[in-house]
Amino acid sequence: MQYTSLLQDKRLTILLSGEIDHHAARETMEAITAKIDVYLPRRCVLDFGGVSFMDSSGIAIVIHTLRAMEELEGELWLANIPPQPMKVLRAAGIEKLVRLGAERSPA
Amino acid sequence: MKPENEAAVQFPSLSANEAFARQLAAAFAAQMDPTLEELGDLKTAVSEAVTNAIVHAYPDSIGPVSLRLRRLPGNVLEITVKDRGRGIPDVAKAREPMFTTGGAERSGMGFTIMESFMNSFSLRSAPGKGTMVRMRKKLTGRGEGSCKP
Repeated sequence: MQYTSLLQDKRLTILLSGEIDHHAARETMEAITAKIDVYLPRRCVLDFGGVSFMDSSGIAIVIHTLRAMEELEGELWLANIPPQPMKVLRAAGIEKLVRLGAERSPA
Repeated sequence: MKPENEAAVQFPSLSANEAFARQLAAAFAAQMDPTLEELGDLKTAVSEAVTNAIVHAYPDSIGPVSLRLRRLPGNVLEITVKDRGRGIPDVAKAREPMFTTGGAERSGMGFTIMESFMNSFSLRSAPGKGTMVRMRKKLTGRGEGSCKP
């Protein structure tokens, strides 16, 4: 699990890559919260473009990030979600809570 | 039902073994010619079952987790994950979506995902003795890669 972040006009984009599971979840969650606490963005975008696998730990990361953005009265978007993580997020009904970006077209 | 092929492995309940277990299941399933979506489904289900054993069965210790993979007639993959941990006191409650006794990094969606991503799912647990999850999924296959002696 690796992440890179970009800040532009109060929009914080966090690019996630690799495999998201319980082994990596706590560290990822803490890293995202730390970025939000430092930059106080209006909008946080979690970009899943580089995620090769995700289990339900990813749902916990999204919900945790959503709570952090709600505290700032900001919003959370999810972008570039590949099919496998999208299926996991949909199983949790995440589209009712968060704005989802387009799925990446299959290679 | 007599399996056409099988594999079994046991490992300690270390979170690094979550990735190992799902990759092993994917490698075993490769002979059954699954689609990319089916492969994603079973990797996710294995990850959930093994994570449950690691997080809940042995909360304060390290204990054995076993994974058994069986290829059954009709291109059905059976996955069994077993631990000898503390067991689940209320199975019905544990299966409810969004219910978790885990920390902030758990979503309570593990059983819901296992049930919806696999064709069949059964859970047996005895407090103090352990938990066993058994799941089956029929893989589409392309009629090739059948098991020959």
